[in-house]
Amino acid sequence: MIEPLLSARGLCKQYGAIDACRDISFELEEGEALAIVGESGSGKTTLLNLVAGALHADSGEVVYRMRDGGARALSSLSEAERRALTRTDWGFVHQDSSRGLRMNVSAGGNIGERLMAVGDRHYGRIRAAALDWLARVEIAAARLDDPPSTYSGGMRQRLQIARNLVTGPRLVFMDEPTGGLDVSVQARLLDLLRGLIADMGLAVILVTHDLAVARLLSHRILVMKQGEVIESGLTDRVLDDPQAPYTQLLVSSVLAA
Amino acid sequence: MSALSANELLRVEGLAKTFTLHLHGGARLPVVHAVSFSVAAGECVVLGGPSGVGKSSILKMVCGNYLAGEGRILVADGERAVDVARAAPREILDLRRRVIGSVSQFLRVIPRVAALDIVAAAAQEAGLDRGASRTRAAGLLARLRLPEALWRLPPATFSGGEQQRVNIARGFAGAHRLLVLDEPTASLDADNREAVIALIAERKADGVGFLAIFHDDDVRARVADRIVDVSRFSDREAA
Repeated sequence: MIEPLLSARGLCKQYGAIDACRDISFELEEGEALAIVGESGSGKTTLLNLVAGALHADSGEVVYRMRDGGARALSSLSEAERRALTRTDWGFVHQDSSRGLRMNVSAGGNIGERLMAVGDRHYGRIRAAALDWLARVEIAAARLDDPPSTYSGGMRQRLQIARNLVTGPRLVFMDEPTGGLDVSVQARLLDLLRGLIADMGLAVILVTHDLAVARLLSHRILVMKQGEVIESGLTDRVLDDPQAPYTQLLVSSVLAA
Repeated sequence: MSALSANELLRVEGLAKTFTLHLHGGARLPVVHAVSFSVAAGECVVLGGPSGVGKSSILKMVCGNYLAGEGRILVADGERAVDVARAAPREILDLRRRVIGSVSQFLRVIPRVAALDIVAAAAQEAGLDRGASRTRAAGLLARLRLPEALWRLPPATFSGGEQQRVNIARGFAGAHRLLVLDEPTASLDADNREAVIALIAERKADGVGFLAIFHDDDVRARVADRIVDVSRFSDREAA
């Protein structure tokens, strides 16, 4: 039995008297997409940040199977090891693209930076990789030298995705990746993401309040309420036959267009 | 777990389902109980009975889309029998890729993806490479008589019957041993129904087992080897 790619064990986080995450455990396999859903304030973004190491848990741990096959507790990694992990084997797609991009650096520079961070110094190769990734996320090659500050919202998200995937990560964290985009732009981005996740065999931990996004992109769902996971399972099972009262409320509150 | 017999693809034993409606004072809505039947290789078993009797719910439990309340749903996976009622999500996803295919009543897809791509994606998910997937998708859409002018268009604006044929092509795109069909011919005209009947007959001859719902008596009479009357498992008065 291969160890899971990632295991979260008994994660807890309090803000003052509020339990943002209470005793949360789950496992993620390679190539598996997990959605964390719930209303604002349910703790889903806190959980994402705990798992991604952006926040320190009060208790509990996250264990990750490194590229060399060894399972390591994230808390045991040195700062250099952690940085290497987040630059190569992990990606993080933020809802606010300005958190994931350098807005005044060219698109090519944004993509190339991740490659340079892992030691690539060959200009021609970096530029070729940047062009290849721009094409894969459907951005015209002519925009390679433009900074994302000149891009539309949908293009920025696609550039953010290219920047994250250029190093061939095994795990990508996504926080509301389609949030704030026009509906017309969302569909295209979702289709692109779905194709990339399948083609690259990416594992994904996706935070979204949009159940339709969870349905399209994820295999499994965790439903959070007030810092706890109150239901989990196969995505279509949770959405089509929700068991917990809160999940039934969430599912039945969605307006059909 | 008792093994399935050599020819059995699916055996349902003592299956029960009740919905609990928490938003409506926890009302309990019994659907079915003590459902037992099996499907052998090359056989088409049709669930019969009036609407509201729980036929679709049984199909959904077999696919892992609805949670089984009680009982077992044993599906043959090579030498193994997997109980869908207890399987982990990733086991169910794996079964859906390789073993259990399905055609739902309504097509649900990403907006703006072309019909051919939808069907090809299903073939690719079932293990074909990109080129073979597109060839297979085109072959199925042609057999199901979807006008070629529509292949490159997204199905959102297609007629009900056209969407249903894309849905059928998608369900038949893989190499699944067990196919679960929920009224696949409901919105088809006579010629298109014939195409679906021929496709089912061909797969049966290849040893594929079918669990299906057909409201059309003619189709049912021509493809069903056995009809399981769901009324006797139902907890509800027929609607």
